Amino acid sequence: MTHGILRLTGVRRLRDLLHHCFKNTPAGGAALLLSLAPAQGGEIWVTNEKDDTISVISTDTLEVIQTYETGERPRGVTFSQDYSRLFIAASDSNAVQVMDPDTGKILNDLPSGEDPEQFVLHPDDVHLYIANEDDAITTVVDTISRKVVAQIDVGVEPEGMAVSPDGKIAITTSETTNMAHWIDTETQELFANSLVDSRPRHAEFVKDGTEMWVSSEIGGTLTIFDTATQAEKAKIGFEVQGVHPDRVQPVGFELTTGDTHAFVALGPSNHVAVVNAETYEVEDYILVGRRVWHMAFNGDRSQLFTTNGVSGDVTVIDVASRKPIKSIKVGRFPWGAAYRPTP
Amino acid sequence: MGVFSRSWVAVTVALFAPASIAQAELSLHVGYLEVEQDLPPTLSNLDPVPEDNGIAGALTGLQDNLTTGKFLGHSYEMTHVTVPLGDDPLAAATALLSQTPYLIIDAPAQTLVALADLPQAEGALIFNATAGDLDLRDTDCRANLFHTLPSDAMRTDALAQIFVQKRWRDLAMITGTHPQDVSYAEAMRRSLTKFGLRLEAEKEWVFDADMRRNASQEVPLFTQEFGDYDALILADELHDFGRYVLYNTWAARPVTGSEGLTAVTWSPVIEQWGAAQLQSRFEDAHDRDMTSQDYAAWAAMRTLGEAVTRTNATDGETLRRYILSDAFELAGFKGRPLTYRDWNGQLRQPIALAHPRALVAQAPLEGFLHQINELDSLGLDRPESQCEAFQ
Repeated sequence: MTHGILRLTGVRRLRDLLHHCFKNTPAGGAALLLSLAPAQGGEIWVTNEKDDTISVISTDTLEVIQTYETGERPRGVTFSQDYSRLFIAASDSNAVQVMDPDTGKILNDLPSGEDPEQFVLHPDDVHLYIANEDDAITTVVDTISRKVVAQIDVGVEPEGMAVSPDGKIAITTSETTNMAHWIDTETQELFANSLVDSRPRHAEFVKDGTEMWVSSEIGGTLTIFDTATQAEKAKIGFEVQGVHPDRVQPVGFELTTGDTHAFVALGPSNHVAVVNAETYEVEDYILVGRRVWHMAFNGDRSQLFTTNGVSGDVTVIDVASRKPIKSIKVGRFPWGAAYRPTP
Repeated sequence: MGVFSRSWVAVTVALFAPASIAQAELSLHVGYLEVEQDLPPTLSNLDPVPEDNGIAGALTGLQDNLTTGKFLGHSYEMTHVTVPLGDDPLAAATALLSQTPYLIIDAPAQTLVALADLPQAEGALIFNATAGDLDLRDTDCRANLFHTLPSDAMRTDALAQIFVQKRWRDLAMITGTHPQDVSYAEAMRRSLTKFGLRLEAEKEWVFDADMRRNASQEVPLFTQEFGDYDALILADELHDFGRYVLYNTWAARPVTGSEGLTAVTWSPVIEQWGAAQLQSRFEDAHDRDMTSQDYAAWAAMRTLGEAVTRTNATDGETLRRYILSDAFELAGFKGRPLTYRDWNGQLRQPIALAHPRALVAQAPLEGFLHQINELDSLGLDRPESQCEAFQ
């Protein structure tokens, strides 16, 4: 970063200068640095399902700066809270791999159960909730002791995973059973099951955890639940001009700063929808690469990176203008994406 | 290859979910009727038809239903009845219908029609999982008879679409003599006309020699008379001679139809759209690849499960209405929701165009438009169907 300052301009340059100045100062400086942290440079880590690799994209240059090998068929991906460890669901290796993101070395494998697909890290930074797609099970693993803490029976083909910000509730969605399963993280037992439209793929807690959203790929909808009552609050449909409704398939989604808008990947319709999270209305559709799957924001959420499975690339969307600004070639069948600030 | 004769046995499979989750409040009983058929011998035994063809798919569907049902207080059980050669399938069907109105059937077309016409079958929901005959979806349709296996016409339309896309306009065809071959050839001629293609030449396969030894000598001569053409179609639905035609034709042309580039309901090479999960679930349970018949039986079982899940009911009228409604959709690992044609009870579905090593394309192909649903560019569309039972 320090060597690059002269080449930066405007706001970013000021930000980076501040960053540079405070980097080594204690207490007050660190606090200021924290509040500025999201604006600094960063990386998007993308799993390539059919290349058994991870591509690392710089959010500054929008180029692939590194490619690391992983286990077989890497899909779900997430960082520990301090970004010192990267968890990778290597589905066909039947393991969750822990990578040192600074070296790309695999530190160890976690006992994940069969065919791990997606997972979510509990706010305690210790427990990983893993969907075992082939076994209709959600496995809870202690990432420190590397022990399985619990295995919970869920519906057929569990996939989407979410955990509430307070850590009390975990969600597993099952693709063939078509349900969101509500897990009490204290007892590791189900306390509710909510039917949704066909093939639920992704879940997120929204608005400080007061709402829980689930996308249904084949149903073509996004269902919004009230977390306190688990009652259905709203359902959002999509309509992309010139694309048959059957091919408009919501998959991954992410919320902008303040949870005002959701960006929703619509699979083989090759579009990302922008949903107003207050009115639940769809405001925009953005054309991206083919079969858009999952996504991750950069640090200040000014840019969104979508994984496009079939075209083997990542589309960068400028969040403010809602325009695609670049396609970045990665490996074959990019699947998951995770952000980390530049160390 | 003959089918082993077994005594007429009914096996009830009742897998119950752990009681801790929910007490079963609703229970659905499904009957699976397998009428054994005498298969004529084929030139090669390289790919025997699995003994549990079809029923294995129903079992996987049952397992899927049970897993879902345990969260809702719904339980499912299945009774499997096999009718050996020579026994009366209608007697077995009558006995089964006295236990449940929900049947999945593995039987030839004429048995299906007779079964659907039984007085005991009134108000029943019967799923045809193995017969592709077009008449069953047309003049011989019945209000209580649904079809999860695509009609032969859906498959031949899928091939015709790829012929159009690839500009293979002049076709030649070799037809076998078994009723299934004749029926397939008829469906193919219809498809070629529908999509404006030409059948330049056609020959019947009448050899009785063993092609494993002399295909390289016989087939070039046999196909030399065809002259020039763009692709060769084989109507060999029992997979008798077709495998020996590939790479032995006089002209170097692609082989398609029953061998080579095939249009199939299901194939082990389908891995997109989450299909890899269904394939591995099936393989783990049954130690073999999933066939088209397995898929159709799975889809029938899952149709019933999905209807019970969504309606919270088990009465025939509610389930039938729901299955035919716009609200019904089955996630069938084919990339789009599967629904039923409300004019003849056929499950709408994409058709895989595949060779044994990979998926080539999936019909409907891009560019084949339809005013309502592109999937209806395959098979009998509403205006073409003469079925009146669903009106």
